[in-house]
Amino acid sequence: MSAQTQKQPAKFGIGLTLVGILLIIFLTALPLVLVKDSDFAGSDGAGAAAVEAIAPDYNPNWISNIWEPPGGETESMLFALQAVAGGILIGYFFGYMRGRKAGPRDSED
Amino acid sequence: MLLKNPKRAGWLLLAIFLFSVRVAWARTGAAPVKMHIMEGYLPLGWAIFWWVVAIPFWVIGFRQVRHLLRDKPEQRLLLGLAGGFVFVLSALKLPSVTGSSSHPTGTGLGTILFGPFVVAILGTIALIFQALLLAHGGISTLGANAMSMAIGGPLAAYGLWRLLKGKVPTYINVFLAAFTADLATYVITTTQLALAFPDPVSGFIGSWLTFAGIFAITQVPLAIAEGILTVLIFNALQSTASAEMQQLGLQEV
Repeated sequence: MSAQTQKQPAKFGIGLTLVGILLIIFLTALPLVLVKDSDFAGSDGAGAAAVEAIAPDYNPNWISNIWEPPGGETESMLFALQAVAGGILIGYFFGYMRGRKAGPRDSED
Repeated sequence: MLLKNPKRAGWLLLAIFLFSVRVAWARTGAAPVKMHIMEGYLPLGWAIFWWVVAIPFWVIGFRQVRHLLRDKPEQRLLLGLAGGFVFVLSALKLPSVTGSSSHPTGTGLGTILFGPFVVAILGTIALIFQALLLAHGGISTLGANAMSMAIGGPLAAYGLWRLLKGKVPTYINVFLAAFTADLATYVITTTQLALAFPDPVSGFIGSWLTFAGIFAITQVPLAIAEGILTVLIFNALQSTASAEMQQLGLQEV
């Protein structure tokens, strides 16, 4: 069976892709509108607080992080760095694939 | 042939969603859990236990990555993409309806492409980065955190993916796998904390419900968003990297 002529129902067109992206934005932005009076802190501290509530005698300081970012700014820089590293990999992949599909361009002109 | 049983898939989705909401409603007001267990927040015994449980998965994962790079070197880039996806998503702390922030896992995509063992390696790399540089998670809890995000979530997703493969449209299956990987991660973290810290009165179950707390409400919308994003990326892969996808048996023509 020929792959070229057959309809490919698994693939989304640009329209459905846009709908998907809008849905993602909607889902992530919704809390910002719905929830007032919150700074959307990480749930890290709350998780630790839950442990302390259940087991008040437990001492988590038997070991501590080898290194900790000195403050929120450094921390968000490192988080951004992590996202950048991932983003480069993703962007490189799609760029490479696109270039491969387009084929070699004439460099004479 | 793809749309063999979209109705059933829809009902399944609805059922999963309603169940999650039900669980969440039952316990609103309890403290939320975080995705990674902080350094020191597991007693030594449990920390070692989860390390021991995780090690075999890492060993198999390492072997599979090596074989993949040796036998199918053309998949190298796609492997990088799957790793990059985990890196990006686990760096994004998204606001949630409970007023706190939580991040997706990004492990669903890699699981579909390369299976859960390869993702065990990809996820653990992200966890080590966060534990060492961000004090997010820790080395003592690395075994437990890997077990939830890098191993358990992907295993659950892979099971569902294989079970539904060919029975529901691919994009629904992709969505469900990514959704499951994300949510299962939280369920496992909750279980780990409840095992280590059973409630003195209500025991493991009471503790589990406390730790589960808001996680469903916190995490379900994020898991849905991650599911949609994974479907979009998967779709883009099918159109831009069809040769690679065909080699992995993921391309319908």
